[in-house]
Amino acid sequence: MSAISTPVRRPRRPREESGSPLLLGHGRLPRVLAGTTLTVLAVAWLLPFVWAVATSLQSEQDVMKSGLSPFKGAFTLSAYRQILDRGNVPTWAFNSLLISVLVTLITTAVSTLAAYGFSRGTFRGRRTLLAVTVAAIMVPPQLLIVPLFKQMTMFHLVDTYAAVILPQVVAPMMVFILKRFFDAIPRELEDAARIDGASELRVFTSIVLPLSRPIVAAVAIFVFIGAWNNFMWPFVVTNDPDLMTLPVGLATVKDAYGIQYAQSMASALLAALPLIVMFLLFQRRIVNSVATTGLGGG
Amino acid sequence: MTTTAPAGAAAPPQPPSATTAAPRRRRSLTRGGGLFVLPFLVVFALFLVWPIVQGLWMSLTDASLSLRGTEFVGFANYTEAFGDPDVWSSLGNTVLFTVISCVPLVLVALGMALLVHSGLAGQWVWRLAYFAPYLLPVTVVTLIWTWLYQPDIGLGNQLLTSLGMEPVGWLSDESVAMWSVAALTVWWTVGFNFLLYLAALQSLPTTYDEAAALDGAGAWRRLWSVTLPQLRHTTVLVAMLQVLASLKVFDQIYILTKGGPNGSTRPILEYVYDVGFTGYRLGYASAVSYIFFAIVIVVSVLQLRFFRQEG
Repeated sequence: MSAISTPVRRPRRPREESGSPLLLGHGRLPRVLAGTTLTVLAVAWLLPFVWAVATSLQSEQDVMKSGLSPFKGAFTLSAYRQILDRGNVPTWAFNSLLISVLVTLITTAVSTLAAYGFSRGTFRGRRTLLAVTVAAIMVPPQLLIVPLFKQMTMFHLVDTYAAVILPQVVAPMMVFILKRFFDAIPRELEDAARIDGASELRVFTSIVLPLSRPIVAAVAIFVFIGAWNNFMWPFVVTNDPDLMTLPVGLATVKDAYGIQYAQSMASALLAALPLIVMFLLFQRRIVNSVATTGLGGG
Repeated sequence: MTTTAPAGAAAPPQPPSATTAAPRRRRSLTRGGGLFVLPFLVVFALFLVWPIVQGLWMSLTDASLSLRGTEFVGFANYTEAFGDPDVWSSLGNTVLFTVISCVPLVLVALGMALLVHSGLAGQWVWRLAYFAPYLLPVTVVTLIWTWLYQPDIGLGNQLLTSLGMEPVGWLSDESVAMWSVAALTVWWTVGFNFLLYLAALQSLPTTYDEAAALDGAGAWRRLWSVTLPQLRHTTVLVAMLQVLASLKVFDQIYILTKGGPNGSTRPILEYVYDVGFTGYRLGYASAVSYIFFAIVIVVSVLQLRFFRQEG
């Protein structure tokens, strides 16, 4: 097959090759229309960001009088300075980072191991347990808030890092996605190692894991984003401001500082910064994994 | 991956026996594997199965936030919930939100994906612009939109007044507030559906499109009769995920409006939260959340049936 098709360029049809459903190549008008629509939509989607950034770079007084153009006032970083001086935001950022990293590490480790066990294991009840795990994907996590809180009260864990972290490490969806990926890896590769007497753990760490780096990375990225953005559970289980995550902290002081829009916008952008950096770094991986696995929904 | 081309060519004569025999032979090489699953089973049982069972039990008691003894009350919480007007109104709000958020979340995502896929330059710019909001924490999204919806100097009303229109009480007008929440939600989460659609479009075979073009079908005709039917499975997936996600709305509404004005945006999950954590009635809150869970299950089953018949 590949021997026949020579790298000679085909003469025409530059547009049709991309399989475009609208076939914009034929006339100017459709292309202009489509381009305009895309641009208008993109501007509408980016406008709130631009507005927030512009607001955060002004003094509070200028925000109140600047009208439609947020660029009238003098450029200043005072809102950012005030937030960092107040001390809460750095604490919350640290908490968010610590909690998200720990949730990511534990969830990824636990889920990867379980997925391998489900994929290759021969233990009794494997099918039943797998079925229960898959069924658990349906359970809305919000349903568990009340009993989980009661449970944490019982364990005396309310207002601890453990209470925020532990319930988040259960990720049946991730186990399912990883298992499907492991299932697709040909077993011949492992059997050779098994015949040579390698332990299952050894087979897992030195053969299966290296082959699964992309999917494991995708799972880790999405667990991290989910943990960083998680609101309801950390909100319910923390009362101590020193233990709050960024989303929870910002929401609880919103009313107190509600009038100070420059500061609100500055703190909002600081909270979003790590994820924006992450998206720019891992753009292709994030896009691909959403596209191929439907990961991260909800 | 499988580089044994000659063996592959020789295989076709007896594929059934090969596929049935292979797994058995392979399985004998793995031993147990239960230990791998154990850590997951522990957290699964502790933080998922136990709370589900515990919650079901609590819904039959008068459990409160204090650790005093609780009494079994049978189905009293459930009968109370069915007669509770707040349950019905918050359920109604949830349904309203689901309808007015799901339709644009599917259609706008589809439109965006079709336009981006049509081959114009600057793919990554569009992808970034539409998907970026999805990455923001809910608090950030609501902080930004609280500012946009601000009655006097917010962007929304400034745009309206500069066009000579009346300012709108985005979050203070009972008939508008839920639409404002839906608009925020579309902005925030449409990027996820957009990516699912875009991936589906990119994996479609181009042959049907080309054949239709050769037969003289115009662009719209091909979009309608070739591309959209091929996207049916993706639409089913996107719509199902979206309905389930919208039913569970809580975070953005709680931060944006606390369910107001006058309860007009309070969804069922916020009612559960209010009853449980500010009213301290955990037993009743559990009963309401189990009623909600039952509704979610019914909706999922109905969706599965409906779409199975369609497809």
